[in-house]
Amino acid sequence: MEKEKHVLVVFPHPDDEAFGVSGTMSRYTDMGVPVTYACLTFGDMGRNLGYPPFATRESLRFIRRREVEESARLIGVDDLRLMGYRDKTLEFEAPGHLSAVMGNLIDELNPSRIITFYPGYSVHPDHEATAEAVIEALKSRPRSEHPKLQLVAFSNDTLEDLGEPDITVDIEGYEARKQKIMAAHESQTAPFLESLSADTQEAAEARDAWLKTEQFYSYDID
Amino acid sequence: MEKIKRDEVQQLLNSYQDKNVYVHVEITSGMYASHIDEQVFNAGTFLRNIPVNYTQGAIRGGNDGEFRVGLKLENGGWIYVLGLTHFEVNENDEFIMHGFNYEGKLASALEISSKEFFK
Repeated sequence: MEKEKHVLVVFPHPDDEAFGVSGTMSRYTDMGVPVTYACLTFGDMGRNLGYPPFATRESLRFIRRREVEESARLIGVDDLRLMGYRDKTLEFEAPGHLSAVMGNLIDELNPSRIITFYPGYSVHPDHEATAEAVIEALKSRPRSEHPKLQLVAFSNDTLEDLGEPDITVDIEGYEARKQKIMAAHESQTAPFLESLSADTQEAAEARDAWLKTEQFYSYDID
Repeated sequence: MEKIKRDEVQQLLNSYQDKNVYVHVEITSGMYASHIDEQVFNAGTFLRNIPVNYTQGAIRGGNDGEFRVGLKLENGGWIYVLGLTHFEVNENDEFIMHGFNYEGKLASALEISSKEFFK
């Protein structure tokens, strides 16, 4: 992993960073690389409100805001941008709006690497809208100034269409920290973390999958 | 939130009746429903900050803890939501009803408030 000038991470939901990326982000911050995390929504449309419920549709945003702030603290991100859009609505914003927002962010920070979702292979409409906005913003900027793209893809046809991920980040030594980061998003991750800590072969494989490496695709804009 | 108490919810529905109120309506299986199971046809809906005035609100059902709530609107229109299990009135006087499915995830919501909901 090379030392970057500035890494910009863009995801729509608090906790999108936790599962597949927080080990990588932690490695960057430990190297002294400035990392900005732009999180577009408060995840206020999440379906996990606890059971028995400890939150409502109206209070979830406060909980998830605190969770992502704690996650950012654990990762070592000191530039957390909470952009305040409503969860699950990004794809319905006016055409060009989000890409303009992304463009402003890119112009301000001039990142050498951007981590976000892979357009077409990231399942959730908010993920797709985020990925498309980043790509769209870069398309209108000179190619020579483009940051490197490091993208997360996980739709069911990812392997078939894109092949194996070409970026693998070794996060050994970060297992405990990553578990803490995932646990910071307790409202959303409690059942998952419980299954991860089970004493079964399946859980051991899941721990390997989540806690040893993080995998990404590079992406060239034509 | 607590499990729906039919009489309390009916009284709350009465208290917002014949007033200009805002509603939040939501039915969801989550954005990953057909990613996790390709057999699932993922229908859902989301309405927020819709101004209405209802002349009659009623809670029905309740077998197995699942209730239906219907609002007859001043202009003759209707709103109803099925599968509601829990309720509360929060510190902003927002009357919140949620339905949690068998996995404990939010599946339906009907909320009524005399002030606009957070945007």
